[in-house]
Order: sequence, then C-alpha cells, then structure tokens
Amino acid sequence: MNFVDYYKILGLNKSASPKDVKNAYRKLARKFHPDLNPNNADAKANFQQINEANEVLSDPEKRKKYDQYGKDWQHAEEFEKQKQQQSQSSGSRQGGGFSGGQSGGDFSDFFESMFGGAGAGRSRQAKYRGEDYSTEIQLELIDAYKTHKQTLTVNGKNIRITIPAGVENGQTIKIAGHGGVGTNGGPNGDLYISFSVANHSRIKRLGNNLFSTVELDLYTAILGGEITIETLDGKVKLNVKPETQNGTKVNLKGKGFPVYKNEGQFGDLQVTYTIKMPTNLTAKQKELFEELRNN
Amino acid sequence: MKTKYLIAIDDFCANHNIDISFINSLEQTGLIEITTIEQSGFIAADQLLELEKYVRFYYELDINLEGIETVTHLLQNINNLQLEISTLTNRLHLYESEWNV
Repeated sequence: MNFVDYYKILGLNKSASPKDVKNAYRKLARKFHPDLNPNNADAKANFQQINEANEVLSDPEKRKKYDQYGKDWQHAEEFEKQKQQQSQSSGSRQGGGFSGGQSGGDFSDFFESMFGGAGAGRSRQAKYRGEDYSTEIQLELIDAYKTHKQTLTVNGKNIRITIPAGVENGQTIKIAGHGGVGTNGGPNGDLYISFSVANHSRIKRLGNNLFSTVELDLYTAILGGEITIETLDGKVKLNVKPETQNGTKVNLKGKGFPVYKNEGQFGDLQVTYTIKMPTNLTAKQKELFEELRNN
Repeated sequence: MKTKYLIAIDDFCANHNIDISFINSLEQTGLIEITTIEQSGFIAADQLLELEKYVRFYYELDINLEGIETVTHLLQNINNLQLEISTLTNRLHLYESEWNV
C-alpha cells in the first residue's frame, strides 16, 4: 500500500490555508465531477482521489494527523492508541466532501488504514450517494426482438429486470437505486446496463428496420412464383413477380424490428433478391438454353 | 391515462436543506417545471434526478444558474452526440458485414 500525497492531488503545498484547500477542491471537482463527465471512468477515479484528499485536508483533525505522520502513517495507529491512553480527547468537524453524482464513499486502502473505515469522522450532515454500478448484457438479435425478463447478479444480489423489445446495440438503461448503498443516509447509486446486441447471420438491423438477402433460383426469377422466407417473426410467404431482376428489393411493412417501448409498432423488413445461376447443367438443359438464345 | 407522481417542493427542500427560492429560479430559467395544486408547488417524479443534479451543481460545485443552464445544454449535446455515434456505429456494422470488411 503506497503513501498518497493529498497535497499533490489537490495541487497544494503544506502551508495551504483551509480556504486554499476548499478552492482547489472545488476547482478540481468542477473538472472531474461525475455529473459533468457521464460514463467517464477516468474522471470518476480522479474525482474519488480529490474527494479523499479533501476529506482529509479540510478536516483540521485529520489534516493534523496526516501532516504529523506523513510517510510514517503506518505507525500512526499505535501512536494514537498510546496518546489516547494518556488523555481522552474528541473532535468533530463541520462540512464534508461532495456527495458527488456517483461514488463519494470509495476510499483508498491508505485512507482506511490511517483514518479507519471510509468516512470515519464525517459529520452527520455529509450524506454520500452510493456508487453507480455498470454492467453489460449481451443479447442475440432474436433476444432483443421480444420483451423478456432476465436475472442479473450485481454485488451478490439478484435483480430481475425486464428488457423491452427493440433495445438497441450500445443502448444504456438506468435502474435507479440498484447501485451501491449510500452512506450516512445518502441515496443508493444507480445501476447502468448497456446492451451489446449481436448481429444475426442472415438478418441485419438498422434502427427498427431489418434487411435480409434471399436467393432466388433462375426459373422462379424469370417465371415468378411463391417462396417462403424466414423472418424473426417466423416464416412468411412471398409472391415473386415474373422477370424479377437481380438485386430487386421488396419492402415488407411491419415485418421489421419492434419499436422500443412502443408496443405493437414495428419497422419494415427489406428483402433483396439475389439470383442464383444454375450449375452442372445437363446436356438437355444446355440444349434448351441454346434454343432460348437462338430465339 | 398515465399516472404522474408528484413530489412536494417543500418536502424536497426540507430533505435537501435548500432554499425554495433556488427551485423557483430553476423554474424561471426553464430547467424544471413546477405543478401548482391548491397553492402548493410540486415537481414530477421524473424530474427528480435532474433536480438533484442541479442542487449538486449549485450547492456543491458553486456553479451559478447561468452556469447550470450552460452545462445542462452542453451535457445534452454530449448525450446527443453519443447517441449519434452509437447509431452510426451500428450503421457501419451493417455495411461492414455486407462488404465483408
């Protein structure tokens, strides 16, 4: 466990006044506060550091202890015990760190060793919001097609969530209050779930619309006919017009992806025909094609 | 009809130990909407997270109302850009798979 230089974190020297500490802290907090840096893990880590530095340097008792022991902080506890045996003393402080948009309650091992548990010695007014958790759920395209329930284990607790149909790849949803537990009566953090929706082998998705490519045999393309294609909703019969060209696109209204949180609404499915040329022709077939060519 | 949950502004201010004039100023700048029922002010529950964020901006980060307006606008822009990136990434995947890139 390494010594943490709280003065360096706040860009201060040891002679900094309480006002300097407050100003330095506010300036850095404006830069790294999680509310101002959504989804930025680096900013969150920085914010935790400056929060911790402020927790110590804005509290005269803690600052005194920190200044006194500095790099010899490992001996602080035994020294303090001896001191307490000599005279009982107590101290309190006013004000606290920022509650933060996210974690205010995570402290380094160094802090915990030197000052006891996280937040030890805080005033009752300093409520800290619990840490926000984030996780990723991987879904197949077919899973995202239908509203379904899924159970997640977050920090040993099972949370059953409903995943609405139509969820997008990369979309993040927030489950309020399912993050870390708040400190000193502060509110719980939130749980952020981002979705990674895998591509389907045959059907591609763009927003609420689906795209698929269907092979047509030459004879159906020329003469027309009925084919059956697979959609995410099951099989669908299609009438192919005679003399259908390669690359022809057909739009199937309402056969696309469900619109997120708009039950009963669907995008479209666009089918592109690719015509498959016959191979390994028999002599008779070649003869018939020759006949067609010459006519 | 969708039920709208309301939170009394007096309760919110008492809970957060803040002055009611701050909430009124937020309403005047258009950042929140206040519903008045029988001369009591309420905010919709779905505005609560945003309102708590404004409280943190103002009381903890010392950002004034003009600053809150600006920051909120910029955060909205960031959010829109992130959504756009996500949409474009998905669109790119579609063409990448089509052309086997």
